[in-house]
Amino acid sequence: MKTIQYIGIGLFILSLLIFTAILGVGHNELKSDNLGITNDYHRAAIITAANESGVLDKAQNPLASVASIKSILNKAAERLDEQNAMGRPDGVAEWDFRMGSWKIEEYTNTIVSNTASGPVQDNPWLFFFLTFGLAIIGGLLFILPKFSEHAGIKHNGIYHNSLTRGLKFNVKMAFLIPAIIGTIVYGFLKLQNLFWPLVTLGLALLISYLVFYRQNSKDNTPQRHSCPVNTGWLGVIAGVYLIGFYILLYWAPAYINNWVAMVSPVSEMISGNKASRWFLYGLMYTVIVIVMGIRMLTKYRHNKYQRVRTYSVMFFQTAFAFLIPEILVKLNQPWFDFKNIWPLDYDFFFSYNIKELSTSGGLGIFMLVWGIILTIVGVPLITYFFGKRWYCSWVCGCGGLAETMGDPFRQLSDKSLRAWKYERFIIHGVLLAAVIMTTLVLYHYFTGKTNLLGLNSENVKSWYGFLIGAGFSGVVGTGFYPIMGNRVWCRFGCPLAAYLGLVQKFKSRFRITTNGGQCISCGNCSTYCEMGIDVRSYAQKGQDIVRSSCVGCGVCAAVCPRGVLRLENGSEDVGTRTAELRTVHITEDQIQVLS
Amino acid sequence: MSHVVIIGNGISGVTAARWIRKLSDHRITIISSESDHFFSRTALMYIYMGHMRYEDTKPYEDWFWKKNRIDLVKDHVSSIDFDKKQLSCQSGNEMHYDKLILALGSKSNKFGWPGQDLKGVGGLYSLQDLEQMEAYSPNLKRAVIVGGGLIGIEMAEMFHSRHIPVTMLVREASYWNNILPPEESEMISQHIKDNDIDLRLGVNLGEIKDDGNGTAKSVIVKETGEEIECGYVGLTAGVSPNVGWLKETGLDIGRGIKVNVHLETSIKDVYAIGDCAEQSQTQPGRRPVEAIWYTGRMMGETVAYNICGKPVSYDPGLWFNSAKFIDIEYQVYGEVPSKLPDDMKTLFWKHADGDKSIRINYDSNTSVVRGFNLLGIRYRHEVCEKWILDKTPIESVLTNLGMANFDPEFFKEYEQELVNIYNQQENKNIQLKTKRGLSKVLSFFK
Ligand SMILES: Cc1cc2nc3c(=O)[nH]c(=O)nc-3n(C[C@H](O)[C@H](O)[C@H](O)COP(=O)(O)OP(=O)(O)OC[C@H]3O[C@@H](n4cnc5c(N)ncnc54)[C@H](O)[C@@H]3O)c2cc1C
Ligand code: SF4
Ligand code: SF4
Repeated sequence: MKTIQYIGIGLFILSLLIFTAILGVGHNELKSDNLGITNDYHRAAIITAANESGVLDKAQNPLASVASIKSILNKAAERLDEQNAMGRPDGVAEWDFRMGSWKIEEYTNTIVSNTASGPVQDNPWLFFFLTFGLAIIGGLLFILPKFSEHAGIKHNGIYHNSLTRGLKFNVKMAFLIPAIIGTIVYGFLKLQNLFWPLVTLGLALLISYLVFYRQNSKDNTPQRHSCPVNTGWLGVIAGVYLIGFYILLYWAPAYINNWVAMVSPVSEMISGNKASRWFLYGLMYTVIVIVMGIRMLTKYRHNKYQRVRTYSVMFFQTAFAFLIPEILVKLNQPWFDFKNIWPLDYDFFFSYNIKELSTSGGLGIFMLVWGIILTIVGVPLITYFFGKRWYCSWVCGCGGLAETMGDPFRQLSDKSLRAWKYERFIIHGVLLAAVIMTTLVLYHYFTGKTNLLGLNSENVKSWYGFLIGAGFSGVVGTGFYPIMGNRVWCRFGCPLAAYLGLVQKFKSRFRITTNGGQCISCGNCSTYCEMGIDVRSYAQKGQDIVRSSCVGCGVCAAVCPRGVLRLENGSEDVGTRTAELRTVHITEDQIQVLS
Repeated sequence: MSHVVIIGNGISGVTAARWIRKLSDHRITIISSESDHFFSRTALMYIYMGHMRYEDTKPYEDWFWKKNRIDLVKDHVSSIDFDKKQLSCQSGNEMHYDKLILALGSKSNKFGWPGQDLKGVGGLYSLQDLEQMEAYSPNLKRAVIVGGGLIGIEMAEMFHSRHIPVTMLVREASYWNNILPPEESEMISQHIKDNDIDLRLGVNLGEIKDDGNGTAKSVIVKETGEEIECGYVGLTAGVSPNVGWLKETGLDIGRGIKVNVHLETSIKDVYAIGDCAEQSQTQPGRRPVEAIWYTGRMMGETVAYNICGKPVSYDPGLWFNSAKFIDIEYQVYGEVPSKLPDDMKTLFWKHADGDKSIRINYDSNTSVVRGFNLLGIRYRHEVCEKWILDKTPIESVLTNLGMANFDPEFFKEYEQELVNIYNQQENKNIQLKTKRGLSKVLSFFK
């Protein structure tokens, strides 16, 4: 059995190596007729520039070609600017003639993808098998034998394992601080706007000041929850790989053109369209949720709550996030994920989305109404009955990934009080930012004015999309799994989680009850709480747990060796759930002072 | 403001300190030689198994102590001068106290077995014991565990988690059958064997053999004379109060330090709590020394009230306990003796898998419910306790039995099967009315 598992790991690593190596396979050759650019002025300028640079009709390595195509595009743009200054041809609009910076980005991807050829383009299915196929087979060979072990919690050796043991505090910071600074600097370079990066930096410093000085966390060094001895280097490597993946996906997609080409036939099968990088991402995401979901099922097969919940996230990811939107596209309907809810779905109220939905016939209008109702009625109502878990650990895609691929890393969440203080500022700050941004966008939509109170809706939009939509939820959210646990985004960043959390905290039947005096303060619950809730601190007092961040994953209850915790909904006492209903045994009012 | 010194930073000493801080402004010092900070002894096994790190077993963050003005001293108290109210520590430091709380815990029993002090032989009580287990674990071919209590099975699970073969020598004819009723004991014995642990029942340790360098190399089974080669011998035949060093000091000591209902020892201003205390007066059904977590916690709270001028008697309430036998959880509320007395009837259901069971004991004369014993199923503490304290008749308990169920949502409920058994046994027709769910429990307590 061990041998089968080792073969599985071997295949998985092999698939990962092939997957990585593919990016450099084949070549790109720019020809006058293969650029895939329809604008005649642009195409002509690009061909001229390519000719001058001497790359026309020359094969280049796909990775090297990205830079050279970019420089050609820049040259072409300059040329067009010059010509524009001298006078455009009659009847041509300026924005049709000149090539703006966002066009350059779009064209880079178009040209890279259109001029690529090589083994991946010739045999996409073969490479699909060698990467996705081998990874799935390898993963399953590793996972399936676990069904033959005894059912029960299997956390043996998590802290002996280099992948899941976590990082020392200073190594963790060596990831976090450059990530914050790097994102801000890159955002500045990309958006050419100093205002928002500075605001972000200012807010980050302000929050640190508030947490450290106003809330007296300066001396509360959280020794307890960073890896004390040595850092898990496999975790570091996995983190770097994931972060790298997200950076390429969001900000340098031209480099991953071969991956997209490889999954194109799959996309054509489903929707009839060529794949985009978002299709690649969706496909990978779904495959991971399913394979790692099966792992979750082996691990918790004795626990029906966990099983049902895992089936649920696997289903919602596959059907709602992946297949249904693609099928809608095939039916000439807008791409729409019915379970994505504003403000997580932060561009729901963007004008292009409203326009697209409102002009797509009955179904489009339904989607628009559906989205609004979910936000203003669905969320509060369902959360009132079941807590935010109905979304976060049953339906949501981010939650789905966190609960499947992220499960091996859940123990790495920081349980210190200081982390909790950061959490409250940051997550509610993001919610506020989402509300402000959406207000600006809607104001713009209805009035046509871009500025409100000195804030420019376009700038706010692009900064939010960059910082929160891509940087936080993607790069940090998933890339940081092996570094800060599997729910970094859900805990610190997700505005929908903040919204659900407010409902859960103030008006919900949900809570985790503790079983009288049975807690032995062992700490399993806190350790395995992915949201970094110090569950034990409540349980050992016999106090029920009502925390806005609890996603109701039920793992604390599952790992408790004394049967102390239960997730439940009760209608009797919605207003007084946090009261210390019971303590150890002697409570102050039971004490009779003897004379 | 007086100076309260607590020796021992386990659950009892720390609970006392926390409550004294809540109730007063006394200066508080906790001395312990085991660790810098309070950690959960019950979680020792999880450190070894890699589920948690030592840091994760600390119930409070390290800054907690300073913030609550509880001074921590890491030192070993070597003697106490009760007349001068003075402690002497191994480091040479001395300390004066106004009130002293002894929360010294236990130590593992050794019954004078030949070879018990060899290297590679140890109990499982302290962090140091854990370190020793860790040191002997690499390349360990087999471990032999002597004693079949709760700690024995934990140690077996620990080695098992690292794929180290384990032999358990257990004196009883079935695992823990001096506490568990025969059916449950049988289930757990089976579960141990199912986990490929070599469980030897009805045997004792004869001697531990030396490899010539002062390290254990094998054990001899007393009854059969069989020699079992092993690289580590775990002694888990129970614990006893850690009070040896206090004998001959004038303190009244029996098995543990004798205390009255206010947890006062025979010497003024000296209190004893937790594992090391022996109650002079016990409530019916309770033992004078109860070395468990929950009683330590309750004593800690009680002693705090007594020290802070609000005298209360120690009242551990209704007996409850819990444990986990590898993958099977165990909970008990009230009276569940291993041998059914004449005035008690029992209702027992067992799942066909052999890993779940429910037992309810009730009075054969009054039919009042007296105890609950659960394997692989969770029951609510407060509900069971209230039924027992309210002297609820078994039939009313059975009607509402779902209320006690504390298993996670979606788990199958087995209460109906238990009710069926009762109806069969007693030729009755009781209907199960209440299913699992919090709302009903809340109204039950209103
Ligand atoms: C492996 C294991 C698992 C357990 N599991 C459970 C369980 O599941 N449920 C349950 O109810 N109970 C369990 N117990 C029992 C429970 O842990 C003990 O009852 C409880 O820890 C006792 O607490 P205490 O405060 O009385 O003493 P301790 O926790 O033993 O604390 C006493 C401290 O005092 C220190 N000390 C003693 N003498 C001196 C001195 N002279 N100078 C300085 N320091 C000194 C000791 O080093 C020790 O640190 C378990 C015990 C063990 C060992
Ligand atoms: S896991 Fe259970 S026993 Fe351990 S600290 Fe948490 S609630 Fe208490
Ligand atoms: S408190 Fe429990 S249920 Fe809530 S997020 Fe943490 S582990 Fe999950």
